[in-house]
Amino acid sequence: MASYILKRLSQTFIVLLGISLVTFILMNVVPGDPVLLMLEKRATPEAVERIRREMGLDKPKTTQYLNFVAGAARLDLGRSYFTKEPVMTALSRRFGVTLRLASSAYAIAMVVGISLGVASALQRGRVFDSLIRGGAVLGISAPVFWVAIILQMVFGLRLGLFPISGIRSPNSFVLPAIALGLRYVASISRVTRTSMLEVIGQDYIRTARAKGLAERVVILKHALKNALIPIITLAGTELGNLLAGSMLTEWVFSIPGIGKLMVDSILMRDLPMLQGTVLYVAVVFVVSNLVVDISYAFIDPRIRYARGD
Amino acid sequence: MPVPTDGNMPDQMHDMSTGESASGGFFVDSVVRMSGNKLVILSLLVLALLIVSAIFAPWLAPYDPTEQVLADSLQGPGRKHLLGTDEMGRDILSRIIYGARISLSVGFVSQLIACSIGVLLGSLAGYYGGLADTVVSRAIEIFAAFPELLFAIGIMFVLGPGVINVFIALGLLSWTQYARLVRGQVMQLREMEYTQACIVCGGSNARIIVRHLLPNCMSTIIVLVTLGIPGAILTEASLSYIGLGVQPPTASWGQMISTAQQYISFYPYYSITPGVAIIITVLAFNIFGDGLRDALDPRLRD
Repeated sequence: MASYILKRLSQTFIVLLGISLVTFILMNVVPGDPVLLMLEKRATPEAVERIRREMGLDKPKTTQYLNFVAGAARLDLGRSYFTKEPVMTALSRRFGVTLRLASSAYAIAMVVGISLGVASALQRGRVFDSLIRGGAVLGISAPVFWVAIILQMVFGLRLGLFPISGIRSPNSFVLPAIALGLRYVASISRVTRTSMLEVIGQDYIRTARAKGLAERVVILKHALKNALIPIITLAGTELGNLLAGSMLTEWVFSIPGIGKLMVDSILMRDLPMLQGTVLYVAVVFVVSNLVVDISYAFIDPRIRYARGD
Repeated sequence: MPVPTDGNMPDQMHDMSTGESASGGFFVDSVVRMSGNKLVILSLLVLALLIVSAIFAPWLAPYDPTEQVLADSLQGPGRKHLLGTDEMGRDILSRIIYGARISLSVGFVSQLIACSIGVLLGSLAGYYGGLADTVVSRAIEIFAAFPELLFAIGIMFVLGPGVINVFIALGLLSWTQYARLVRGQVMQLREMEYTQACIVCGGSNARIIVRHLLPNCMSTIIVLVTLGIPGAILTEASLSYIGLGVQPPTASWGQMISTAQQYISFYPYYSITPGVAIIITVLAFNIFGDGLRDALDPRLRD
């Protein structure tokens, strides 16, 4: 077990280094001089030169990259070109908002997705099953931002039940969480259904029924528990996707989270801020995958040995 | 990629195929198997319709999609404009039909790029192993470590907006899936006796890979392409929605939704149509892809 974790950790370390390199390259091949972008046209050449030196942009690219990595390791990601706020401060201020949105969406996805998946598997072949499955394919086929707009139109404007932008009232998170969670409800319910059907066909389920256990116990304790492994894998990947993918939802609902920060910094060409948010999202994604893999190994002992490579 | 993970859609299909004994070759058999599923056939018809209307857009669209008649702006559906007009008085139906060109070409071209990169690197890694494999595998891990939309946004930010750049960004985004699967399959096939026989007979490495190994990966690749297209279409829509994708005045569904958003309070109808167009297209690809996977390569189900 320890060696498996160690192996995954060292892999993650390499991937993180790769991510920092890719992020750095992306930000350095952006057309346009960042200093000129920042200062507008009026600045004198001396001022441009001075700022370039202050920001370390006169150093060779390799030194710049090493400084970037060293900074990132100390949680120092530079300052915004425009607000001068340290990127890390902005990130941590907005992290809470994104976390709140993502965790509500996640809760919806897990509870609704697993229940629908189990119900669909138990009703296999009936109308209810077809409805759930049809709904699930529809759910993964609809663009998140469009679903968000439709929710705004129906529940915000037409029915006036929930606010459609900002985070002022506690109700503000309802529509965004549904919009964001919906596609994950779809994917989780699909996997749950498949996995449940596979488990229900096993001999030990027949045995459990034969010894007279209540159907509820058979389904929840015997079937669902064993069907959970693929669900957990997906749930883990989706957690990363959710934290990273809240971007469009935050944008539609004007929620001041990391995603909106990222889109804003793209539109304003605020490179340090963009670099920081990209790095943040990628790290969250990688770390959540790592946690899933490790917890996966705890749940299913076969993996510790088989998935070494 | 939002690759559908269930795929129990064609449950009835397997029952139909078991009676078949006269074989017409692998692909013919698969088509026969697939034709038993009504949903899959329906989705294929929808796709054919979409492709035809994209190709013949200039003849099918009732109006020029960029022609502005400001006097007619923001009209609801009516006899003159079947799906109404947008804020510039342009015919929405015509813009939807032209938008199909963008979405479909993004889907096909980006997957073609992804497939070429992925198959090349995946087969090299799987066949040669060792250093080649280590390098490619790490590259796959690093590329896959970025959430897809984020990665697409990053590349579009660097390249700048435009259709060609969307092709490139989405191609670079999804090659890892092809590489991963082809690598695995080539690795297995390499150990097969017929491959060993080829090596002994002095077949060159390139010949073995191209003539003997890749044809055996074909069904996997076809399924991946079909299931990759809807993901690419959705990502393009997202990119165009936030203004990093296809630029106006070219009609693209995502960008139409973005413009329509300003009018949701008094002209909600405008927002609905492009979204429905996206859903129909993506849905048809997903259902067809699921059917294709079950017919060609059920192992891909997970």
